[in-house]
Amino acid sequence: MKHMTRKATRHISQNEGLIFEKSSPGKAAWKLPPLDVPEVDTAKLLGKQERQDLGNMPEVSEIEIIRHFTRLSTWNYAIDLGMFPLGSCTMKYNPRVNEFVSRVEGLANGHPYQPEKISQGALRIIKTLSDCLLEITGMDAITLQPAAGAHGELTGILLVRAYHQSKGNARKKILIPDSAHGTNPATAATAGYAVENLKSNERGMVDVAALAAQMNEDVAALMLTNPNTLGVFEQDIHEIAELLHAKGGLLYMDGANMNALVAKARPGDFGVDVMHLNLHKTFSTPHGGGGPGSGPVAVKKILEPFLPKPVVITKPDGTLAFEYNRPQSVGRVRAFYGNFGMFIRALAYILANGPDGLRQTTEDAVLNANYIRKGLEGVYDLPYSTPSMHEVVFSDKLQSQKGVKTLDLAKRLIDYGFHPFTMAFPLIVHGALMIEPTESEPKEELDLFIEAMKSIAAEVEEDPQFVLDAPHNTRISRLDETQAARKPVLRWKPENAQ
Amino acid sequence: MSYPTDRRYTKEHEWITPDGTIGITHHAQEALGDIVFVDLPKVGTEITAGKTLGTVESVKAVSDIYAPVSGTVTSVNGELATAPEKVNKDAHGAWMLKITVKNPAEMNALLSSADYEKFVSEEAGH
Amino acid sequence: MRYLPKSPADREAMLKAIGVRSVDDLFAPVPPEFRLKRDLNIPRQMAESEIVDWFKLRSKENGDGYTSFLGAGAYFHYRPVVIDALVQRGEFLTSYTPYQPEFAQGTLQAIFEFQTMVAELTGMEVANASMYDGSTGAAEAVMMAVRITGKSGAVVARSLHPEYREVLGTYATHQGIPLKTVGFAESGPVDLKELQQAVSDDTACILIQSPNFFGTIEDVEAIAEIAHQHGALLIVSIAEAVSLGIVEPPRAADIVAMEAQSFGVPLGFGGPYCGVLATKDKFVRQMPGRLAGQTVDKKGKRGFVLTLATREQHIRREKATSNICTNQALVALMVNIFMTVYGKVGLRELAKQNLAKTAYAADQFARHAKVRFTGAPRFNEFVVETSEDPYAINSRLLGHKIVGGLPLKKFYPELGHAALWCCTELTTRSMIDTAVGLVADSERAVRSMKEVEQEVAR
Repeated sequence: MKHMTRKATRHISQNEGLIFEKSSPGKAAWKLPPLDVPEVDTAKLLGKQERQDLGNMPEVSEIEIIRHFTRLSTWNYAIDLGMFPLGSCTMKYNPRVNEFVSRVEGLANGHPYQPEKISQGALRIIKTLSDCLLEITGMDAITLQPAAGAHGELTGILLVRAYHQSKGNARKKILIPDSAHGTNPATAATAGYAVENLKSNERGMVDVAALAAQMNEDVAALMLTNPNTLGVFEQDIHEIAELLHAKGGLLYMDGANMNALVAKARPGDFGVDVMHLNLHKTFSTPHGGGGPGSGPVAVKKILEPFLPKPVVITKPDGTLAFEYNRPQSVGRVRAFYGNFGMFIRALAYILANGPDGLRQTTEDAVLNANYIRKGLEGVYDLPYSTPSMHEVVFSDKLQSQKGVKTLDLAKRLIDYGFHPFTMAFPLIVHGALMIEPTESEPKEELDLFIEAMKSIAAEVEEDPQFVLDAPHNTRISRLDETQAARKPVLRWKPENAQ
Repeated sequence: MSYPTDRRYTKEHEWITPDGTIGITHHAQEALGDIVFVDLPKVGTEITAGKTLGTVESVKAVSDIYAPVSGTVTSVNGELATAPEKVNKDAHGAWMLKITVKNPAEMNALLSSADYEKFVSEEAGH
Repeated sequence: MRYLPKSPADREAMLKAIGVRSVDDLFAPVPPEFRLKRDLNIPRQMAESEIVDWFKLRSKENGDGYTSFLGAGAYFHYRPVVIDALVQRGEFLTSYTPYQPEFAQGTLQAIFEFQTMVAELTGMEVANASMYDGSTGAAEAVMMAVRITGKSGAVVARSLHPEYREVLGTYATHQGIPLKTVGFAESGPVDLKELQQAVSDDTACILIQSPNFFGTIEDVEAIAEIAHQHGALLIVSIAEAVSLGIVEPPRAADIVAMEAQSFGVPLGFGGPYCGVLATKDKFVRQMPGRLAGQTVDKKGKRGFVLTLATREQHIRREKATSNICTNQALVALMVNIFMTVYGKVGLRELAKQNLAKTAYAADQFARHAKVRFTGAPRFNEFVVETSEDPYAINSRLLGHKIVGGLPLKKFYPELGHAALWCCTELTTRSMIDTAVGLVADSERAVRSMKEVEQEVAR
């Protein structure tokens, strides 16, 4: 190893095959209680519908299952192990009390169709979280139904469409800045809109003059992330909103970067008409290796009639209920009421913080990003010098002169015990390194990160090939993604046993 | 790289021979990197000059293939379904589809091998 | 604030390093008129013990201590404790989508195993890493069929979960997909004659659920034949995954859209759950959602990566197969562990117990009330028609801490006083006997009331 790293060290990790390779007839990890009703003749009950064989399902014991998944888990990196500086992903600490309260019996075992009379606890959680999110965003009404951020986006754009339709014309297109996340254009297309690109200016912000030129009565909405994917606050946000509103368009805000604003500024105050939140980013619900998420959509009054049904209402006697009679609703976007388990966790986070805690959280998130920016300025190229909020975007311009690209820097960072930054995005920065530390990092961890990044930059100067061959300390080296895509092997079969 | 003179080229990096055989250029495969999948139309499909006729995919990118001229698909190179890497190995040999050309005059609007080479080198200069 | 790891001195030092006087300077890019100058009006900061107490109170108000006969797309099965012991490991709980495969092999291999087991159980060739839930999965499957066939119409069974149909309706409206609905026969399954008439050469797919919303197992092969005659695909939605332990999987289908909640996922008042799509190899490039694939590293060692990513939004943007971004990884891991615990033999035995409980309960109910849809095999749900409004019966049951079957009137007005009852391996014989007894009382009361009326009339 070239440079010593203070954060990480090697340790033994266990090899582990696929569960199917441990399977052997007669092993079992289950036991059912004795049947207290008469046995049934399955052949008689099911006839030709009776299944004869469950194929290659495994047969293993409990200790093997515990070891199998525990060994697999040790091959993962996680927030619990250290900083996860993925830009726009807001990988913050996932408090354990969130997990604990989500497993309290009456909440974990609540059936979505149990009578409202015995669902008041769940309804109260939905209502309290909704009220908190409305206060945080400065909006008027909200749905918690969408299952993830992209699902929230889709719901939001469907609301936009329903609103315009109620005025007699659904309009044709959605404007999306070139710095936007890939889900934005995919969402607009899924909702049946054409996508029109909006160029960023030299400061990395929406070009207001370009917007004015592109804005017309065909535009249903502008989808804007604020702060945007460069971590830059769109200072002209109010002017942008006014330009849209003047021609009857709406301002959609992607709330991916809300961690920069909570308790400091409210989208509802600066002209946003509709926005989604990511409970798994800003509100600490776990990413869990890729989900579940939760993507509430908050709106201004004008969009309220169109919200997915049901919505929660307070009855005259003070009890809560679901309201289904919503004639203008866009309909349902998911069965039941959304990812309720995530509502519990997000609310537990908000209660643990309170107004003062949330403000300090946002301030620390912005402080951490700026500290990293200062620490790495000059070592890595900073394509936009506009002030950073909660994340900072560098590029691989200096290192690529030695043939080392952002991906190689990322792989080398793994050796230093950190998860890489976000890459290949935003599209307006070639070879981007998008870094979002979140508030969860102590100064010591930030210092180690800065040290690691500087050390890698030095390695690029001294021995670029060493960085190109990274990672060196992981269980496996770089994987052949071309082979995986050319000849996809997407499941285990007995013949490819190892 | 020299580009064969027996065919014409588009600015979107496709080539077409006078008998209507179509592929993508060496420059295109180089820009895409390792090609993992080629999505082509069925035999009998009408294609229109300048419109998308299929896609070619690498691990992390997708690129549209545009019809150099209009025509009807008469044959598709089935080999590429299982061996897309042939496009990387020999882009000018690994044809993708054959069409009956609707209007041979459309060919005249395309680039010659020398013009294409110049176009590619100018593009790289940016 | 206990989640924030900085002392005031740390903050001071960092501000100094950055070269600003106060943290407010860092918020200068936000125009002053939009800066919030007051506290948020939300509850004050609570201690951990207070948070636990608050949610325990909510739990008490939420049916804690009731036994339930509800199913209808959300099923109460036993969850082996190893599930929570394992999914709460920080390396699973607090990791990200495995875009950096070198140190996300745990998640990737688990997904690969999940895909394998789902494909095995559904009788399909390939499965994805999961979707939001069964309802959105079914809608995505319809859009997938539209892409594959190049046609646009979808024919949907009325016995598909009503809320799944609503979700599909929302998606279809904006995709320009016309939907036709086909009813159910008196005996329970899809009305095949009506289906024949509804399907045409413009149909992209038929979407059914099996076991359907009423618990009836559909004749998948017959329906597949109708679909394929017209060049349409057959999509089968499965809401009760445990059925796959003993019911022949829909092998004749082209796409299976499953809700896997039954496999170790808490009811949790409706979510998060775990949708999953499975299909034939030839359709995989049109399938939405993440996929893990096997490959090798530079030294030839087996490893796993997310693959065929070019289908997805971050590359294709507006041309993506779907705007879906997350999957339900942690919930899929629960499902994965559940499938591993029960395995090849346990899943069958588990399903058999469900079948036995349901058979017993349906027989008992049939002695006092009318059990509908008896003409075809069923899994763990059945429809009971009573003389009295099931809402009234249920409110009496509630007094005994029993949640009765789901009244169907809301979704199917034509079914009148019918309710959908569900039994699983956790439903005890004494629960069943108590509920049957109370329903029998209601039936007797209505009967004697009628007799009194008739007497008075005489």
